[in-house]
Amino acid sequence: MEEARLRHLKSMALAIRQDIVRMVAEAGSGHPGGSLSVADIVSVLFFDVMKHDPSNPCWEERDRFILSKGHACPAVYAALAEGGYFPREELLTLRKFGARLQGHPDMCKLPGLEASTGSLGQGLSIASGIAMAMKMDKKNNRVYCLMGDGELDEGQIWEAAMTASHYRLDNLCGIVDRNGLQIDGCTDDVKTLEPLSDKWRAFGWNVIEVDGHSIEDISAGLNRFRHSHFKPTVIIGHTIKGKGVSFMENQAGWHGKAPSPEQTRAALLELSQEVI
Amino acid sequence: MKELNLSPGAISEPEMIPTRFGYGDGLVELGRINPSVVVLGADLSSSLCVDRFRDAFPERFIQTGIAEQDMMSFAAGLSLAGKIPFVSTYGVFCTGRAWDQLRTTVAYANLNVKVGSGHGGVSVGADGATHQALEDVSITRTIPNVTVIVPADYQETLKATIAAASIRGPVVIRFGREKVPVITTRETPFTAGKAEVYREGKDVTVAACGQMVYESLVAAEILSSEGISARIINCHTVKPIDSETLIRAAKETGAVVTAEEHQVMGGFGSAVAEVLCQNYPVPMKMVGIQDTFGQSGDPDDLMAEYGLKAGNIVKAALEAVRMKKG
Ligand SMILES: Cc1ncc(C[n+]2csc(CCOP(=O)(O)OP(=O)(O)O)c2C)c(N)n1
Ligand SMILES: [Mg+2]
Repeated sequence: MEEARLRHLKSMALAIRQDIVRMVAEAGSGHPGGSLSVADIVSVLFFDVMKHDPSNPCWEERDRFILSKGHACPAVYAALAEGGYFPREELLTLRKFGARLQGHPDMCKLPGLEASTGSLGQGLSIASGIAMAMKMDKKNNRVYCLMGDGELDEGQIWEAAMTASHYRLDNLCGIVDRNGLQIDGCTDDVKTLEPLSDKWRAFGWNVIEVDGHSIEDISAGLNRFRHSHFKPTVIIGHTIKGKGVSFMENQAGWHGKAPSPEQTRAALLELSQEVI
Repeated sequence: MKELNLSPGAISEPEMIPTRFGYGDGLVELGRINPSVVVLGADLSSSLCVDRFRDAFPERFIQTGIAEQDMMSFAAGLSLAGKIPFVSTYGVFCTGRAWDQLRTTVAYANLNVKVGSGHGGVSVGADGATHQALEDVSITRTIPNVTVIVPADYQETLKATIAAASIRGPVVIRFGREKVPVITTRETPFTAGKAEVYREGKDVTVAACGQMVYESLVAAEILSSEGISARIINCHTVKPIDSETLIRAAKETGAVVTAEEHQVMGGFGSAVAEVLCQNYPVPMKMVGIQDTFGQSGDPDDLMAEYGLKAGNIVKAALEAVRMKKG
C-alpha cells in the first residue's frame, strides 16, 4: 500500500477513536470497548474499500455495510461524520433526546445507516438478504457485515452462515471483531468459540485471518475477498477491545461504560500522542 | 347499502376451501403482476401452498431451510435492496420464534416485509397445541408499523395477499389450515383497514375475523329466529382497526360481541374493546380462546370444545343484550 494512503487510513482510524472517546464521554453512557476495537477495520472499509457517496447516501451502486454488533455504532457514526454524511458537531448529540444518533443504529433517522441493529445475531442474515437481491438483479455491489465474537454465540449467525454458503454469496464479506471479550468475560470462558476458523470453513466459507489493527493486513484481507469466488468470505480480525486507550484495553469492564472527565482527558491525551 | 356480492349459498351449503390456498394463489397472481415479489419458505412449502409460487417463479423463490429467524432477517435484507419479500411458515414460528427479528429489524425500520402466517387457530387439528397459533395476533399487533389482517375465507385471503404488496411496511396475513366455508366472491369488496357490514341489525353487533365471520352469520340466523336482530361485521383488518365502523355499530346496537379463533387476551376482542371503552362503552362479550392451549383432534370437535361455534356466539349475544337492559 502506498505510504500516503496508509497514513490517511491510520489518521482516520485515530480520528474515529478520538471521536468515540469524546462522544461516549459526552453521552455519559455507551460502548467504548467494542467501538475502539473496530476503528481500524471501519477506517479501511469507509475510507478505502467501499464504494459509497456521502452526498448521495442512497446511491444505487454503493456497497452496503451492516453493523451487526450495533452497540459499536459510535465507531460508525464517527466514520460517517468524518466522511461528510453529517456535521461532526452532531457527534456530541449521541444518545440524547431527539438525536439522530440513537444509542443503537436507527436507519430511519440517520443517513448512511443501512439497517437498524442492536439485537445481536441478525446482521449476517440481513447482509445475506441484500447480497442475494444483488445477485438476483445481476448487480456487482458488495455487502460487508461486521460482527462481534461474543455475538457468534447466537444461533441465527450459524443459520445465516448455512444460507449464505448454500446460495454461494461470494459478494458477501463477514468480518468478525475477534477481541476475545464479551460482557461477562472472555469469549471462550462464556462459551467456547474455538476452533473458530474451522467452524466457518465447515460452514462452507472462505476464511481469512488478519491483524485487525494493521491497516495493511485488513486491506490485504479485503482484497482477497474481492477476488474470491463461489463462497462467502469471513475475515477474522484479531483485535484488542478498547484498543488505543491503555486503561481500557483488554478490560471486559469497559464494554459499556463511559469514562469520567479525568479518564477522558487521559484517554484523549494518549490518543493525541499516537505516532502515525 | 353497497353491493357485497357474497356467495349465494354462503350459509346453507358453502363451498369449502382452506384459506392457505388463497395465500398460495394470491402469491402466484402477484408474481405475474409484480416482478419485485419474492417468496421465502422454511421447509413447509406445500403446507403453506407456496410451492405454487415456487413452481411458477423458481428464480424468485428462496428456501432458507428450517431457520425462521434467519428467514425473517434475510427478508429484511431483500427488502432493503428493493424486493417485496413474503416470508411463509406457521404462525407459531414466524410470529413467535422470529418475533424479535420482526420487531427490531423489520418493524422498527418499517421495512417492506410481508409475513404469511399459517396454521392459525385450533382448527389446525391433529398436529395439536405446538402447531396451533393462538397468540400470533396479540404479539404482532402490539408492534408499531405492523398491519395485521385475518381474512375470513379463501377469496379474502387471496385479496389480502395481493393487497399486502401495495401496503408500504410490514404486513402479517393470518390464515388457517383446514377447509372453511367460502362466504365471499371475487366481487366482494375488500379494502385493508376497512371493516364490512355483512348483515344489518339493531339489537347487537357481532364483530368477527377469520372463519368466525361464517360462524357469526350462522349465529345471526339463529338469533333472528329468536327475535334478535344482529349486525355482523367482518373486521378482517385487526390493525389498523376500523374504529369508525365499530363505534357506529356500538351506538346503533348498544351491545357488541367479538369472535376470533385466537386468545381473547390481547387479540382481536381486546383490540375492539380498546376502541369502544375509550369512545363509546357498551356491554361486550368476547368469544375466543379463554387462556388455554389447544390439543389434537378433529377441527370441528376442537372448535366446539373451545367455544368457537355459532351456538357460542348466540349465547354471548343474548348475554350482551341482557347486560344492556340490566
Ligand atoms: C440479542 C441480544 N442479546 C444480548 C444483548 C446485550 N449485549 C450487548 S453487547 C453484548 C456482548 C457482545 O459481545 P461481542 O459480540 O464480543 O461484542 P464486542 O466485544 O465487539 O463489543 C451483549 C450480550 C444484545 N444487544 N442483543
Ligand atoms: Mg467481543
